Amino acid sequence: MEHHITEPFTREKFKDLTAGDTVLLTGTIYTARDAAHKRLTDRIQRGEELPFNLENAVIYYVGPTPEKPGNPIGSAGPTTSYRMDAYAPTLLDLGETGMIGKGQRSQEVKDAVLRNGAVYFAAIGGAGALMAQRVESAEIIAFEDLGAEAVRRLRVKDFPVTVVLDSKGGDLYEQGRKAYLESRA
Amino acid sequence: MRTLDVKEITEAVAQMARETNHFLSKDVKQAISRQAEMEPWPVAKGVLEKIEENIGIAEQGTLPLCQDTGLACVFLEVGQDVHLAGGSVEEAIHEGVRRGYEDGFLRKSVVKDPLRRVNTGDNTPAHIHYEIVPGDQVKVILAPKGFGSENMSQIKMLPPSAGEEGVKDFVVQVCEDAGANPCPPIVVGVGVGGTFDKVALLAKEALLMPLDQPNQDPFYADMEKELLSRINALGIGPQGFGGQTTALAVNIKTAPTHIAGLPVAVNVNCHVSRHAERIL
Repeated sequence: MEHHITEPFTREKFKDLTAGDTVLLTGTIYTARDAAHKRLTDRIQRGEELPFNLENAVIYYVGPTPEKPGNPIGSAGPTTSYRMDAYAPTLLDLGETGMIGKGQRSQEVKDAVLRNGAVYFAAIGGAGALMAQRVESAEIIAFEDLGAEAVRRLRVKDFPVTVVLDSKGGDLYEQGRKAYLESRA
Repeated sequence: MRTLDVKEITEAVAQMARETNHFLSKDVKQAISRQAEMEPWPVAKGVLEKIEENIGIAEQGTLPLCQDTGLACVFLEVGQDVHLAGGSVEEAIHEGVRRGYEDGFLRKSVVKDPLRRVNTGDNTPAHIHYEIVPGDQVKVILAPKGFGSENMSQIKMLPPSAGEEGVKDFVVQVCEDAGANPCPPIVVGVGVGGTFDKVALLAKEALLMPLDQPNQDPFYADMEKELLSRINALGIGPQGFGGQTTALAVNIKTAPTHIAGLPVAVNVNCHVSRHAERIL
């Protein structure tokens, strides 16, 4: 099933999504990968303010290539998500509703998705040029010293993602493989 | 003795950095489009078509194929009758990477120290392998390697008793463990034999081989075919969403080894399998 979802990215809007659905997201999302996740959770531990509000935030695990003049962003596909597993439950518990990445997640992240009614989306890994075309603007809002790993605010339009972990416990990586293998049996 | 100015190596590396990150070689493109046609599972077919669309966008020259424009792996085959002049060869290679990544708007993904993790800012240093070969030419190969797939690679020192089956089971297990993480469909480079360090290099070199050329040794050509079929029976599929196309190809490279050993290494690459070469 295909859905169009526009911000704010609330739990309410995500609650009927099912693993395997494709979703076109329109609105504001934030980028953060390894180093930025560490800094965000360090700030939370110290009780400091974050560069963006986590409530209803969708975080995209990406470190884009530098943008060429006249382009909002360079190539911008997902990075592998498990490296953010150590940090993701903290952010989900504080209001993050969606994560975009690729690859399997830990049981702790799956539990946090269920507990919070959040969603884990996959973008197509290795299709960074395609994804970049759905980004209308990008602006660094924190940790500029991290270069590609800085936190950016992206405006995206019809940004194509697939639901991997839904808020009801569905997991596309398990179900998709199983369904294909059963079709061959 | 022929003299070659190392500036030519710099220029070749810089050109190839831009080229490899926008254009896939013909064998990789053909493998992807063949699978997009043959893939029986609709979701998987859809993903492969998106991957083809991405290749078309990157070829326009503005956006690289993938945001992970890789760590620059350079293989230099130096003819023994060549005198390399005009400065340090190693510095010439790094300068090529520096220029190619800066001028090409490619991502700088290298940290200077593995634990202190400060970005070097120019994607240097390259990882360089030198080989001295007969002749008066220099071959420069650049293979930018993404780390989503590199992180899924494994090495194992099997006992000789594990034999052919042990090697095959290990290769399939590595691909199954990798699952959706390395951006399948993957390309699988397998090294067998040598030593602990040599086998990993063999696996990386196997990733440089054309996808449509079976091993010259029929024994290993059969093994490549069987491994590809076993990996594609796992059902992981493109991006791990399920389907037939988990791998595009398996290439094996071997080396003599010790009577007590059977080293095996699996270097996983994603579908953005990038490499180019220049003969100077």
